[in-house]
Amino acid sequence: MSVFGGEGQTQGQFQQSLNKVFLFYGGGFAAFVILLAVLEQMGMPKEYIGYAFLAATVLLYGGIGVMSRTNDAAEYYVAGRRVPAIYNGMATGSDWMSAASFIGMAGTLYLTGYGGLAFILGWTGGYCLVALFLAPYLRKFGQFTIPDFLGARYGGNTARLIGVFAAILVSFVYVVAQIFGVGLITARLTGLSFEVGVYVGLAGILVCSFLGGMRAVTWTQVAQYLILIVAYMIPVVWLSVKHTSNPVPQVAYGYLLEKVTAKEEQLLKDPKELEVRGIFKARADAAAEKLKDVPAALAADREAATKKLEELKAANAPEAEIKAATAAVAALPKDEAAAKAAYTAARTTNTARAAPPLRHAEPFPGKDDAARDISRKNFLALVFCLMIGTAALPHILMRFYTVPSVREARESVAWSLFFIFLLYFTAPALAVLVKFDIYTLLVGTPMDQLPGWIARWNVVDPTLMSVSDINKDGILQLAEIRLGGDIVVLATPEIGGLPFVISGLVAAGGLAAALSTADGLLLTIANALSHDLYYKVIDPNASASRRVALSKVILVFVAFAAAYVASLKMADILFLVSAAFSFAAAAFFPALTLGIFWKRANKWGASLGMMAGLGISFYYMTKTHPWMYGLFHNGSLTPEILKANTWWDIAPISAGIFGVPLGFVVIIIVSLLTKEPEQEVQELVENVRFPSFDGTTSQGTAMH
Amino acid sequence: MQLTARHQEYWSKNLRITGLLLALWFLVTFVLLYFSRDLTFSFFGWPFSFWVAAQGALIVYCLIIWYYARYMNNLDKEYGVSEGESS
Repeated sequence: MSVFGGEGQTQGQFQQSLNKVFLFYGGGFAAFVILLAVLEQMGMPKEYIGYAFLAATVLLYGGIGVMSRTNDAAEYYVAGRRVPAIYNGMATGSDWMSAASFIGMAGTLYLTGYGGLAFILGWTGGYCLVALFLAPYLRKFGQFTIPDFLGARYGGNTARLIGVFAAILVSFVYVVAQIFGVGLITARLTGLSFEVGVYVGLAGILVCSFLGGMRAVTWTQVAQYLILIVAYMIPVVWLSVKHTSNPVPQVAYGYLLEKVTAKEEQLLKDPKELEVRGIFKARADAAAEKLKDVPAALAADREAATKKLEELKAANAPEAEIKAATAAVAALPKDEAAAKAAYTAARTTNTARAAPPLRHAEPFPGKDDAARDISRKNFLALVFCLMIGTAALPHILMRFYTVPSVREARESVAWSLFFIFLLYFTAPALAVLVKFDIYTLLVGTPMDQLPGWIARWNVVDPTLMSVSDINKDGILQLAEIRLGGDIVVLATPEIGGLPFVISGLVAAGGLAAALSTADGLLLTIANALSHDLYYKVIDPNASASRRVALSKVILVFVAFAAAYVASLKMADILFLVSAAFSFAAAAFFPALTLGIFWKRANKWGASLGMMAGLGISFYYMTKTHPWMYGLFHNGSLTPEILKANTWWDIAPISAGIFGVPLGFVVIIIVSLLTKEPEQEVQELVENVRFPSFDGTTSQGTAMH
Repeated sequence: MQLTARHQEYWSKNLRITGLLLALWFLVTFVLLYFSRDLTFSFFGWPFSFWVAAQGALIVYCLIIWYYARYMNNLDKEYGVSEGESS
């Protein structure tokens, strides 16, 4: 009998034995971290700490996979519907929090201030909709996948197949981004190459979900949640104690925010800062000037660089200067196309760096009232799309099939949001703590006395952190720092002066966040194909073991496809993830909620509504997002075309704001124009609305 | 299965609490945020609108879900529609 099976135990005994397992696990992991810390003090090299974390966590996840292996359909698809509410809450938490939440969120808040709070709000408030409209009803329905519900509620295969298509579209984009994150973290943690990192991470994901399906994924996700939340909290609490002597950062950072705001006003007017920004402005203007006549500018650049080299040679200048000048000549753009690209890039980056720092706490910034209104509109639209999208992501909704009862489904959403809340509630505090550190302690330091972490991260990845003395005054100005968002979480332990073992723990937490989300997503895709497409549509007579076997084959295939796409390092992957929320919102939310709350909704309405919602969101993105526009049109998206194509100034990331209402309207109108659903379907709706009709029916109304 | 009047009453109570909590959710999220630029008075050091978006709304979301779960689980028992205990 397996630890995670719970066979022959009552639910209470099962939960008790789980408590024991995870208590033991927590103690073991703490001992492991302490051991590494001691070894570090004794002089173990840093790379070995990285390898130790990578090996230990991947082996741990694989071990849980082996212990939870199963071929039973109910175990494989829904973990035997035996997961207690609190454990399902933890699993949902780590299923939900991806690499973007763990590593990217605090950085986004650092860089965009109030604007970034749209993600905090959207990614938590969506759970209210899950709790009120979906989780308890889906649990009562009690099948295996989200397309299952669409198939049963809207009879026939049309709605189910649209659901399968949308689930795969959304989940695949998302899983590629996770595997990309796994590659990056492994590369930084151990110094292995990005590609090797991708495949090592993949092995961890596969061992787990391949052997045990949902059962293995559930218990791995619980283990991963514990690692990621501890890894996130330790450096933040430490930094909070350092700056405020208060160990509760969420309470303490209001005071620091006041200081940061005062410092911002000073930096906006500081003459040295203005000087540096002026230099960037001049560089941007020069690049814009060159863009007016690219061939002439390229010729002039060549002439100037060659002349300088010759002068240096003639004057017998030091070797280093001649080398630099030779490199400058070699680095010149080869032809006009390359020159145009280089000048455009120079204009963009220098313009960005010439901009004054934004005020962290200012809502909806803009240069005038009209711009502020547009900013507010887009903020609210983004919050709306992220919330509805959260309540429509199949890999999250699927988790609520795994609890024993409707009652536990409701409690489980509360636990889920609580565990997610712990991290999201902390991220705004972390962003302000790091900003305080950089604005008040780092800025103004002489260039030769900068703390060591800046040089170290510059070597790892210059886009994360680079400083250069632009105005040659020997002092660091804020405008001279170039910082990538991810550094905020990754470097916090070093900023706070913690030993390297904590940096390793943070990287392991990021890895756990990415792997747990990837697990859930891969399972969603494999189940949509094996259960919904193969079993329900192609071969309804397939045996349970055949379906599980098929699901495992598909899982491996999809995982490698996703790893391959991730290794292409597409630049617009982050946009695609955000777009996935709009797609999920438009495709699933109207059909699922109306299916539960409006008996009259029928298959024609739902099918057309899902297609219309998905279609219009997709259409709007192809018209307004540069990369999507390029895929579907000849030529690139100029500001004039963008202005003509934009509806009510809404950014492409929030396309769901059109898709969701259209989905509702189409479902309602088409349903009213066509025949009402059959008696059987209306009874199904009544059935999901009541946990049981008479209070005696036992759990699991529709196990198979 | 023919629904009784009691079933109807249970369902309409469910709809009522769902509607109320949804209204609270909407108020905290969209109405309060809409007026963010005007609500910048100091709240324990934070500008109020920043605190709402960064922590306050999140606390309300947690309370909404917790209250709904508690209310509905009690309602199930009161109307005799809860599932039989399995253990």
